[in-house]
Amino acid sequence: MQALAAAEIPDWRDEIFAALKAAEIRQVGYVPDAGHARLIELCCDDPEIHAVPLTSEEEGVALAAGAWLGGQRAALLMQSSGVGNCINMLSLTKTCRFPLVMLVAMRGEWAEFNPWQVPMGSKTRAALELCDLLVYRVEQPEEAAETVAAALDIAFNGDLATAVLLSQRLIGSKRWVK
Amino acid sequence: MIANERRLDRRAAMRILLESRSDLLLVTGLGSTTWDAAAAGDDDRNFYLWGAMGSAAMVGLGLAIARSDRRVLVVTDDGEMLMGLGSLATIGVQRPPNLAVAVFDNAHYGETGMQASHAAEAVELVAVARACGFKETFDIIDELGLRDFAARIHDAPTTLFARIAIRADDPPRVLPPRDGVLLKTRFRRATGID
Repeated sequence: MQALAAAEIPDWRDEIFAALKAAEIRQVGYVPDAGHARLIELCCDDPEIHAVPLTSEEEGVALAAGAWLGGQRAALLMQSSGVGNCINMLSLTKTCRFPLVMLVAMRGEWAEFNPWQVPMGSKTRAALELCDLLVYRVEQPEEAAETVAAALDIAFNGDLATAVLLSQRLIGSKRWVK
Repeated sequence: MIANERRLDRRAAMRILLESRSDLLLVTGLGSTTWDAAAAGDDDRNFYLWGAMGSAAMVGLGLAIARSDRRVLVVTDDGEMLMGLGSLATIGVQRPPNLAVAVFDNAHYGETGMQASHAAEAVELVAVARACGFKETFDIIDELGLRDFAARIHDAPTTLFARIAIRADDPPRVLPPRDGVLLKTRFRRATGID
């Protein structure tokens, strides 16, 4: 079989976006992050999606709850450091059994340059699991869309809270010196 | 600052906001505004927050975006709003026309022993909302102003923000259901979602 040229290989970020569309996500709350830049751009450009820039990630947890009360599905995009900002707000999700899907771009792990990212990055999964979220992790580009689709399914079918961690190795380390 | 005894009674203020509610959807914040709404009469279209301090305005935003066919009113206290001050910046960017955020400002943390809030000393919530991009704001100190705002909720073309000067007191608690799943499910049923 002939190998696909680089331009023909679908980008995993575009595939995640397609999964959000297939799940009828109508609101996307985000705190800007380089790892989510492409996804944020796609969401902002889509007329069916209401993209909401947040000042802090916990706002997104409340936004998603409000969306669900109004009959819409929401997803949140954030960086691993933002997970720490969500902790108390996740009590809303748990107490009311709101569905939740957080896509978390990991920092503070694979080849991290900035040690300030490590304390939260190394505890992201543990913190989410402590709050009773179902946590999935993506290491390979070809796993990204199906993992996100699986998280969306279980969240909205079962009123469950989920997070998908997009590993730093997948995203690529931030380049500090250009 | 207005003398405490000249400020509005919180239970009366909530009744005025809801007396011609029509199909208005209500979100109340952790604490006294939840008891005020329950005292005005429990309603399946009320979503009461019993926790998640700082979330009320953002729950209202998500709901208002999802239900562009309905009016959404958030009523919360100054302390709860202060914890979610960033959400005013987020809402200022969105400004859905069917959302109104009202803050019952008694300048105190009423649920925890009446400690002074930032609104008592320095922070002007209306100025914060205006600086965050709210185009129509209300600084309400009397019943007339409150009635103007209550009417405007139903026909405003932009997101409203109101700060309502409320007397610092502690009326008897009236507690609505506190089962979060029940509150969520009955709200969705009453509004035609489930």
